[in-house]
Amino acid sequence: MLAIALKDLRGLFLSPLAWGLMAVMQLLLAWLFLVQLEGFLELQPRLAAMAGSPGVTGLVVVPLLDSAAVVLMLLVPLLGMGAFSREYSAGTLDLLLSSPVSIPRLVLGKYLALLTVIGLLWLLTALMPLSLLLGTRLDLGRLAAGLLGLGLAAAAYGAVALFFSSLTRQPAVAAVASYGLLLLLWLIDLAGGDLLPRLALGARYRHLLEGLVLSGDLIYFLLLILAALLLTMRRLGDRRLQG
Amino acid sequence: METLLELRDIHHWYGGFHAVDGVSLNLAQGEVLGLLGPNGAGKSTTMRILSGALVPTGGRVLIQGLDMARQPLQTRRLLGYLPEQPPLYPNLTVDEYLTFAARLRGVPRRQRHGALATAKEQCGLQDHGRRLIGHLSKGYQQRVGIAQALIHRPALVVLDEPTSGLDPNQIREIRDLIRGLGEDHGVLLSTHILPEVEMVCDRVCIMDRGRLVFSDRLDRLRGRNDGLLIQLQQPPPLEQLQQLPGVAGVEPLGEGRFQLTLDEDADSAVIAERSVRNGWILRELMPRRRNLEQVFVDLTSGARAA
Repeated sequence: MLAIALKDLRGLFLSPLAWGLMAVMQLLLAWLFLVQLEGFLELQPRLAAMAGSPGVTGLVVVPLLDSAAVVLMLLVPLLGMGAFSREYSAGTLDLLLSSPVSIPRLVLGKYLALLTVIGLLWLLTALMPLSLLLGTRLDLGRLAAGLLGLGLAAAAYGAVALFFSSLTRQPAVAAVASYGLLLLLWLIDLAGGDLLPRLALGARYRHLLEGLVLSGDLIYFLLLILAALLLTMRRLGDRRLQG
Repeated sequence: METLLELRDIHHWYGGFHAVDGVSLNLAQGEVLGLLGPNGAGKSTTMRILSGALVPTGGRVLIQGLDMARQPLQTRRLLGYLPEQPPLYPNLTVDEYLTFAARLRGVPRRQRHGALATAKEQCGLQDHGRRLIGHLSKGYQQRVGIAQALIHRPALVVLDEPTSGLDPNQIREIRDLIRGLGEDHGVLLSTHILPEVEMVCDRVCIMDRGRLVFSDRLDRLRGRNDGLLIQLQQPPPLEQLQQLPGVAGVEPLGEGRFQLTLDEDADSAVIAERSVRNGWILRELMPRRRNLEQVFVDLTSGARAA
């Protein structure tokens, strides 16, 4: 399992893709971060006069994390899209399937590699709000909840990308399909009703950004990850049966 | 000899297409078995099934008596597999790739270095360890593919068209390598190059349209007498030839040439001696042997016409 994870990680970092994505993400988020910070500095004198006004955490950190979740939604499928589809098209899947590694371990190994890169992206994002600690005080509880939410959301993106990657030989198709599902989940609460808003990823993420850690939301993210991974394993098992 | 691999009545369907239809075969330790067949005969499917990459629709695969369906991990540890398209990662170096293959097959950390060196030496890759696989020529990539299948010293090596795309020198080297492997591993290789089988294999199986249509040892194939071709300067009447010991039938071919069909226990020396004694003046005596090509063409094209 670790062997597969390490091989995949090496593959990801040997290609310019992971580096490019990290650079793009840093650039976008840093710009957003600075814009938010500047806005805050302009407002600060007036805010100081108001009682109970939102502090720097609410005005800078939360919008940053909100945009980070969207940026990651665009980037993570690109990282995960090749996980299986590239093995299919290069014919290397037979090597993995004919070696003494069970399918769950194969899938978990791949997911572990993806999570490592996602973790790195997450860490880079977390460093920006944390840098504010140099000059001011933050609502650390709210920041922690927000970062937890970002991590869970990114992990869920990764699992979904992995699943779509196991469906097709073409990485681009996997990426597009992941975008489709993730955006749908993000926006599904635009429709009213009883059931659909419960499935919404964006709303649940915003709970966490508000500092609200609800066990229902955590379970939602974990279930999404679990379901995507189980479906991936199932899909590979089917592939072994059908060729 | 100990049975290493046993296929029992393997069937495989791709949707409505019956790709493998009741194949059973055995492979003993230290034997090189060649699987022959025209394109699309089901060779690669059979190879994928016994490599564990594909689960057959019906039938059982046993490796050293272990059922592949029941003990998938143990059985897969016993085999090394080179698919038709070598499973390489072009952005890894040869060393990185072979280390990955060794870890994947569960070679313990301490033995990994030695395993790597041995596999590279066997496949002539000593000087290529640090090269990127994507930069190697097709022939060397094929060697890396073979090295990958050998790195954990499996009891059974399964090679699907190992010499495809190589130049004649490389083909010779790979053939020598395979023959060497046959000494302590069991090897199953598929190909559609007939001379390759004749040079490398102990036993040959021929598949056609999903069925196993022929299976025999090559030395027996070579030893089998299918008759004698003789030329006599002064041929006697046909009946006299027919009365020679061991001769079952005679067919005149003109210009004193005859095609003799022989009994099982016929001795060509006796026939030569008689023709000399009777003053027929023996010009030529040639045993007609069935060669692999004939067998192959008879079996695979005959079935198609029927």
